[in-house]
Amino acid sequence: MSLLTYMAARLFAMGAVGLARFVTGVRPDWRGCQPQAKQRVYFANHASHGDFVLIWTVLPNALRAATRPVAAQDYWGGDGLRGFIGRAVFNAVLIERIPSQDKPHPLDVIKKALAEGCSLILFPEGTRNMGDAPLLPFKSGLYHLASARPEAEFVPVWIDNLSRVMPKGHFLPIPLLCSVTFGAPMTLRAGESKDVFLARARAALLALKPNGVCA
Amino acid sequence: MIQPQEMIWLSLGVAGVLIVATAIGQGLARRDGANPVIENLNQRIFAWWVMVGLLAIAFLFGKGGVTLLFAFASFSALREFLTLTPTRRGDHWALLAVFFIGLPVQYYLVWTDWYGLYSIFIPVYAFLILPIIAALSGDSTRFLERIAFVQWGLMICVFCVSHVPALLSLPILGFEGKQLLLIAYLVIVVQGSDVLQYVFGKLMGRRKVAPALSPSKTWEGLLGGIASATALGAALWWITPFSPLQAAGFSFVICVMGFCGGLVMSAIKRDRGVKDWGPMIEGHGGMLDRLGSVIFAAPIFFHMTRYWFTV
Repeated sequence: MSLLTYMAARLFAMGAVGLARFVTGVRPDWRGCQPQAKQRVYFANHASHGDFVLIWTVLPNALRAATRPVAAQDYWGGDGLRGFIGRAVFNAVLIERIPSQDKPHPLDVIKKALAEGCSLILFPEGTRNMGDAPLLPFKSGLYHLASARPEAEFVPVWIDNLSRVMPKGHFLPIPLLCSVTFGAPMTLRAGESKDVFLARARAALLALKPNGVCA
Repeated sequence: MIQPQEMIWLSLGVAGVLIVATAIGQGLARRDGANPVIENLNQRIFAWWVMVGLLAIAFLFGKGGVTLLFAFASFSALREFLTLTPTRRGDHWALLAVFFIGLPVQYYLVWTDWYGLYSIFIPVYAFLILPIIAALSGDSTRFLERIAFVQWGLMICVFCVSHVPALLSLPILGFEGKQLLLIAYLVIVVQGSDVLQYVFGKLMGRRKVAPALSPSKTWEGLLGGIASATALGAALWWITPFSPLQAAGFSFVICVMGFCGGLVMSAIKRDRGVKDWGPMIEGHGGMLDRLGSVIFAAPIFFHMTRYWFTV
């Protein structure tokens, strides 16, 4: 990355964080853990393109640099502005949405990033939730990562209200308060099956959802 | 901006009160550190330093500074209010219009002294245009409820709050260039009343005024707070265009409106199932928790002053 790209990326990141604070007044609620420099996989509900910006915004500066969002190659990996945002600004771990023979498997790409020691932000629902259900079923990737990297902490993160700030099809945000709640870290238990682990992770995430006043 | 002579004395007085309050708060904390009430008290006192500091900086910049500060307060209040409002996807354009047109235009009109327009811009124009925007989106689910919420939020958070900087444009004979003192007077009496109600309530509060709405409002706090804040307002007559007796009457009305405003805002919070409007001001809650009483007092104070004291 050239120095110029690097500086533009840092400037853009500061702008994104400032804008997120101005629009959402976001405050972190470290309910189940403290912000610490450990290897973590933050797994969150996904209802808006701004989700990882919001998590990123509430992380302390020191942790931000070592925390990479997992994002779709076809959307955030191109050459234009989105590619710049995905690669240079957020240093995203870019994966193929649909695994194919000639491209590296998404799980391998994520595992490689974990092996390098960085923390991750990922959305185990696999896609943006546009319906009325609070949380879609989880894809199995979370389980495979937990078994491949048992020493990493898996932290559930509930992002509240952001889907009202930027509903589907609108790009201008309405200022509304959002919150980001971090739950207690979890790891794969000895002999725990895939379904049990995924159900436990999903329940832990749902338990962080505030009682909706606007439901 | 050149400050009137009175402002210097007033600033010294407010700083003195805050220093005494800080000393008392720290003393209590040393004696009984783990008490959550005292911890909250000290958070509140610290937040007061910040709020007074911001107001002082705005005063130094004169009209532009004060207008900008209250525009920001309106923005934060509206953000809290609409967060608790059951809006739907179809309200997106109406809400964008509220934040990015309604609010700035109202404050621009206040800043340019256009009384004839800023006093009807939200009650007439926004009132009629917002439901049109919402209707054009084609979603009729809970339509009346949704547009009523948005209009009410705009009246409370923007229209009423904008009457604080609007005080600067009142042409009062013999009071030219000193209107900042009217804002200081309003803020000191309203917030003094809130603080004194809190103090009297904590020290001797027993009988609740409205147990269904608020657990912290007591008759002892209400009467003690309003009586002492009215006395405070009367004692500050020298910074106003009023006589001591008139100042007492004005501050009494301000205190009663402020108290009732707090009651209304509590009823809304109770209905929405929350304790505070937001997390913005440490120890106090949200912007609306601190601003609620000002919102109800400011327009009345503005119009009473305008009716009886302007040329």
